Order: sequence, then C-alpha cells, then structure tokens
Amino acid sequence: MWLSLPFLSAVGVLGLLGIGLLGLLVTRNLIKVVVGMQVLVKGALLALILAGKLSGQVQTGQTIALTVIVADTIVSVVALALAVQVRRQFGTLDLQALSTLRR
Amino acid sequence: MFDLLIVAAMLWCAFQAVRGTRLLIAALWLAGASALAAILMFRLGAPEVAVIELSVGAGLVTVLFVFAINIAGEEPPVKLRTLVPAPVAVIVALCAVGLGAAMALPNLRAASDVIQPDRFAKVLWEDRSLDVLLQVVLLIGGVLAVLGLLVEGRAQARKEHQ
Repeated sequence: MWLSLPFLSAVGVLGLLGIGLLGLLVTRNLIKVVVGMQVLVKGALLALILAGKLSGQVQTGQTIALTVIVADTIVSVVALALAVQVRRQFGTLDLQALSTLRR
Repeated sequence: MFDLLIVAAMLWCAFQAVRGTRLLIAALWLAGASALAAILMFRLGAPEVAVIELSVGAGLVTVLFVFAINIAGEEPPVKLRTLVPAPVAVIVALCAVGLGAAMALPNLRAASDVIQPDRFAKVLWEDRSLDVLLQVVLLIGGVLAVLGLLVEGRAQARKEHQ
C-alpha cells in the first residue's frame, strides 16, 4: 500500500500543495510568487488526474487537467508581463516596497 | 521504487524552486519539477496531458520565465525579511498538508474498477465541449491582456523619451 502508485501520487500532490503554499507565504519577489503558484497548480493537476484514475474516469480527469493547464499558462504569461512592466515602472519586484509606494 | 524516486525528486525540485534566491535557477528547478510531474502523469495513465504538461509546463513556461527574467533583470540575491514570519509560514503549510493527508489518504482506494472506455478526443470534443470554448476565450483574453500591457509600456517609454 505504501509504495503503490496512487498513494505515492497522493503524497506528491500534498507535498506540492504544501511547498507551493509555503512559497506564496514567504516570498517577496513578484516573479517568485508566480513560481509558487506554478508549484501549487502542478499539485492540483496531479490531484485531478489521480481523482480521475481512482474513479475510473481517466479521460474526464485529463480533459479538466488540460483546461487547468491552459488557464495556468495564460495566468503565468499575464503575471510575468505585469512583473516586467512593474519592474520598468518602479524599478523593483519587491512586494513590500510596491505596497508602500506613493506616486 | 521507480515511482518513489520520481515523487521524491519532484518534491525536491519544487522545494528548490521555491527556496532559491536566484530567479533563473528557480525557473530551471521548476522546469525539472514539471518534467517529473509529467512522468508521474504518464504513469497514472494520462499520456495526452503528460505530453502537454511536458511541452507547455516544462518548455513554454520555462522559456517565458527566462525571457521575463532577462527583460526585468535579476535583483541581487539579498536575504529579505519575509512578509509572514518563516516559522509561522512553515506551521501553516504543515497544518494544511496534515489536514489534507488526514482527509485524503485513509480514503485512497479506487471507487470503481470500471475504466472509462472513451477516447480522450471524444471526451474533449463531444462531452466537454464547453471546456474547449472556455479555453478559446481564455487564450483570446490572455493575448489581449499581454498586448495591452506591452502597448502601455511602450507608450510610457515614448512619453519618457519625449
């Protein structure tokens, strides 16, 4: 049971979700926030596929995971473009400095 | 044993991606985690999504990260005080993982032995066509948002130049 693929995958899902949450909580860099979000989404993707496999509906799980991949990629692209503009405008990517900036 | 190695390596890559101070190296660790997650998806019987995750998650997104870091420029790796104190963040993350483990792991058994007989393309195009529509809308929205951001940045640069 301990070395079965579903159990190990569930451990991987929980680990990725925990690491992503930790990254979002401790980071102050705008680009690192996107990295933490990406790790969280990887956990969610694996969870969807694992749920599909356990319920006998792998194809439905794959389809929903595909939608999540598309949404996640677009969110990342927009967030990175935003980070580039923020860096050009304010000269920093530090969230603490950005939240206290006065124009 | 192979699966255990894959999961351990994936978690290690993800942890290094979150922990590292250099952005470029964090992006490369993230690409490694994506590739290992794709292998795990393949082992779980989802080859189509595994290929897409490998090409998009480990390929395209990594290229975008490197591109953005090159344009924005990497800030010097200074150890800044975190917004949430690190011990509190670790406790919160561990509580969340522990709660998830307590809820999910005891119930981890196959609910049905019947395997869905349909093909991926049939489920995607016929059963879940609304998802495809949503993906198209998301793609158009994303392209418009990036174009808007870039045009605004160019207009700002032109104004500063004048």
